[in-house]
Amino acid sequence: MTQPEMTAPETATALEAAPPTPRQVSLRRARRHRGLITGAVILLALIFVAVFAPLLAPHDPGAQSLANRLLPPAWEAAGKAEYLLGTDQNGRDYLSRLIYGTQISLMVGFGAATIGLLIGVSLGIVAGYFGGLVDHAVSFLLTAQLALPGLLLAMALVFIIGPSVWVVIGIVGVLHWTYYLVVTRAATMRIRSLDFVAASNAMGASAWQTLSHEILPNLAGQIIVIFTFELGIAILAESSLSFRGVGIQPPTPSWGLMIAEGKQAMFYRPWLVVLPGMALFLLVIGANLFGDGLRDVTSPEGRN
Amino acid sequence: MAGDILLSVRDLDISLHTPNGVLQAVRGTSFDLRRGESLGIVGESGSGKSMTAFAIMRLLPRIARLRCGALELDGERLDRIEDGVFFDRIAGQRISMIFQEPMTSLNPVYSVGRQMTESAIHTGRLSRPAARRRAVELLERVGIPAPGDMLSKYPHQFSGGQRQRLMIAMALMNEPELIIADEPTTALDVTIQAQIMALLADLQREFGMAMILISHDLGVVAEAVENVMVMYGGETVEQGPAAQVLTAPRHPYTRALMAAAPRMDGPPHRLGAIPGVVPAFFGDPQLCVFSSRCPHVRPVCRQQRPPQQMAGRFGGQAQRYSCVMPPAELATLPDTRAGDALPAPVTDTREIFAVRGLSREYRRRRGIFGAVETVLAVDAVDLSVMHGETFALVGESGSGKTTLARILLGLDEPTSGNVFLNGKPLAETSRRDRAKQVQPIFQDPYSSLNPRRTVAEIIERPLIIHGISARDERRRAVEETMDLVGLPRRVLHNYPSQMSGGQRQRVAIARALVTRPAVLVCDEPTSALDVSVQAQILNLLVDLQQELQLTYFLITHDLGVVHQTASRIAVMRNGRIVETGPARQVLDSPQEEYTRLLLSSVPRLEKLAPPAAEAGR
Repeated sequence: MTQPEMTAPETATALEAAPPTPRQVSLRRARRHRGLITGAVILLALIFVAVFAPLLAPHDPGAQSLANRLLPPAWEAAGKAEYLLGTDQNGRDYLSRLIYGTQISLMVGFGAATIGLLIGVSLGIVAGYFGGLVDHAVSFLLTAQLALPGLLLAMALVFIIGPSVWVVIGIVGVLHWTYYLVVTRAATMRIRSLDFVAASNAMGASAWQTLSHEILPNLAGQIIVIFTFELGIAILAESSLSFRGVGIQPPTPSWGLMIAEGKQAMFYRPWLVVLPGMALFLLVIGANLFGDGLRDVTSPEGRN
Repeated sequence: MAGDILLSVRDLDISLHTPNGVLQAVRGTSFDLRRGESLGIVGESGSGKSMTAFAIMRLLPRIARLRCGALELDGERLDRIEDGVFFDRIAGQRISMIFQEPMTSLNPVYSVGRQMTESAIHTGRLSRPAARRRAVELLERVGIPAPGDMLSKYPHQFSGGQRQRLMIAMALMNEPELIIADEPTTALDVTIQAQIMALLADLQREFGMAMILISHDLGVVAEAVENVMVMYGGETVEQGPAAQVLTAPRHPYTRALMAAAPRMDGPPHRLGAIPGVVPAFFGDPQLCVFSSRCPHVRPVCRQQRPPQQMAGRFGGQAQRYSCVMPPAELATLPDTRAGDALPAPVTDTREIFAVRGLSREYRRRRGIFGAVETVLAVDAVDLSVMHGETFALVGESGSGKTTLARILLGLDEPTSGNVFLNGKPLAETSRRDRAKQVQPIFQDPYSSLNPRRTVAEIIERPLIIHGISARDERRRAVEETMDLVGLPRRVLHNYPSQMSGGQRQRVAIARALVTRPAVLVCDEPTSALDVSVQAQILNLLVDLQQELQLTYFLITHDLGVVHQTASRIAVMRNGRIVETGPARQVLDSPQEEYTRLLLSSVPRLEKLAPPAAEAGR
């Protein structure tokens, strides 16, 4: 009796196009999404610049040349071809400093966004899955975090602990987990009520097995999207801290710090502020375009 | 005669422009509807029945393109009217529609009165007080208690059945000439369904409206309409008087569909499952749409579209069908109920599940400081399930049957009372031991499978959890189980989204069986499936029971499925068991009033008059 039932679907499906896997659907959408492609190109290019900074930078970013202070970019009359984007108050090559600054921005961005991810996702998944008291506790934590003035707290913490790249990464990360928490908690609550989670429990799986095997893979898309947004936010947070003098310390080249250093000369040497500002803008918009595109590509309501 | 025709549809074509190509949703459908006449459109999902209704109401999705020879209401070309005029003058005025899910078709933020009177006042047909008077009248007519007070209430304050009554009353506000009901009772319980269908039929006669009833349920259609149209793969395969088509079907698909529907009379027979799934047609294939699943298929069926043939006239109405076989030849085909009688399940007297005085109370606090509400979902239930039997728990929504199932599966804990599994209290059985003996099958094969895992990963998961680490051993067990449930090996690395509902349910069954449990707790295992696929799954469950000596604890609201499979029945209502006994006894001579009500509410095909009496008229 089962014989015809087994063979017949093959003749039936022969008329249809072979249904694509979820991954194929996402890839097909990704290839057609201009924002996603643009964002990815910007991000990849900047990662390339950061990784190969020593090869790409024409000068040592710390080398001072007092004879060549505050040179304008090369295309202006007073500019020198040797210093393509000019020099700062200490006569350091601005292009080289911008190239090395990419390293700092990306390190802080990826590092802090990862720390936030670990905190936010683990709290969110636990609160969403177990509910009840656990959820109350986590929600209280969230409310408390949202009530804290983030930048002020970060400044205070850096001041107390002492500034270094790692401290900045840690502090920005610890202060940016709320978005992950809110999204994973809500998504976990929705997935928890689906039958495949009940099936997992009924087959004797432990809570950990259910969370890691059934729920987490279904959150992956959303988590990656938030990660790219948090990447941009963390980069901006580092710049704000460095700008205020409680982030990256001189002479390390950081875009935020470069804006702060250039600000005294802003009205007659505007490129000192404009150039790092543009670099920052490019990186953050690249991350946001990429995140936006990912959301369009992976969101279940966009999938057909 | 021509002036009598209210709605005329000629050569309706609807194509959907999907990313995968142009999909033919409806091809060459034609029908006429006279004033006051009722037409049922029957078909499985993907047959194009709802698309046909949407085309009349201009509710087609944006990717749809419509072509038709003619679409006339009372001689007026509906397809040539502009959208603004159509929605002003036709939709809701001359043609009204009732949808499947009343909660989503009523606006939750407006009062019932406002929603009912809005269009009549807006179009200037009625003054505000007159509109309110008519609304109250209609609410009373559809059986809403205290209708005067109800106008100021909001949709969430009504039950599901009442909401559907509201929808009906709203549809009648402007005295439409035609009412289109798209699966109006599919979301409702069987007793409510019977009331709503009776109400619709009464109102249709009383107001002299024409009605198009769309349903996947042959029984519902059989009782409610004069004429019926059977659709498959976007085409009308057979149409004619309901009594004729549903008792003496000609088209092989109609015959197969009838054989696939579980009946309530006689001993249970193996259902005539239609193999495969409803195919989707891209482009304009020149073949019979049913040829891929037809048991009588010939080479010619795959080379050309079948001719329309006349089976005969009955009381002035023609029965037509689209097939190469002439009526005389179709008449010689074997009867639609040719399935073998099912063997009785082998039962013994050892209890596998013993439920004693089981209660489950839910407490819910409204807000942090609110009052505590208690709901008694399961109320002092005693049950015994024997080895090898199919124990059916029957009840309507909210009766507590799913809560009981969740307790048996260890997904919920009782407030008081005990469950014994093979004589050992379930509370003292370890998670894994319980899982080795009891496994679930859920209703919705779309949510019971993890969309991020392949079929192979889903089926082998229980083995990993039970600590079987050898990859070869797991692979062998997965393949054996797939053979057992009739899943082809080529779907091994498919994701659930790439498979049909029936195949997904097979995957769910395979996952449950891979550890070879003794009991399957099946919660509405076929109610999300089409009739023909339901027949495949029910047959499969019967075969598996024979082969593996399984015990089934079956939860369902569908008494047809119960008649088909159960050896014993318990009827549940408001958390209590009201009647229990051997299946035949409960179904043939119910002792309790509620059981009788349930049984009398089931729409039945077999209630139709035999064709001979009809033909003589």
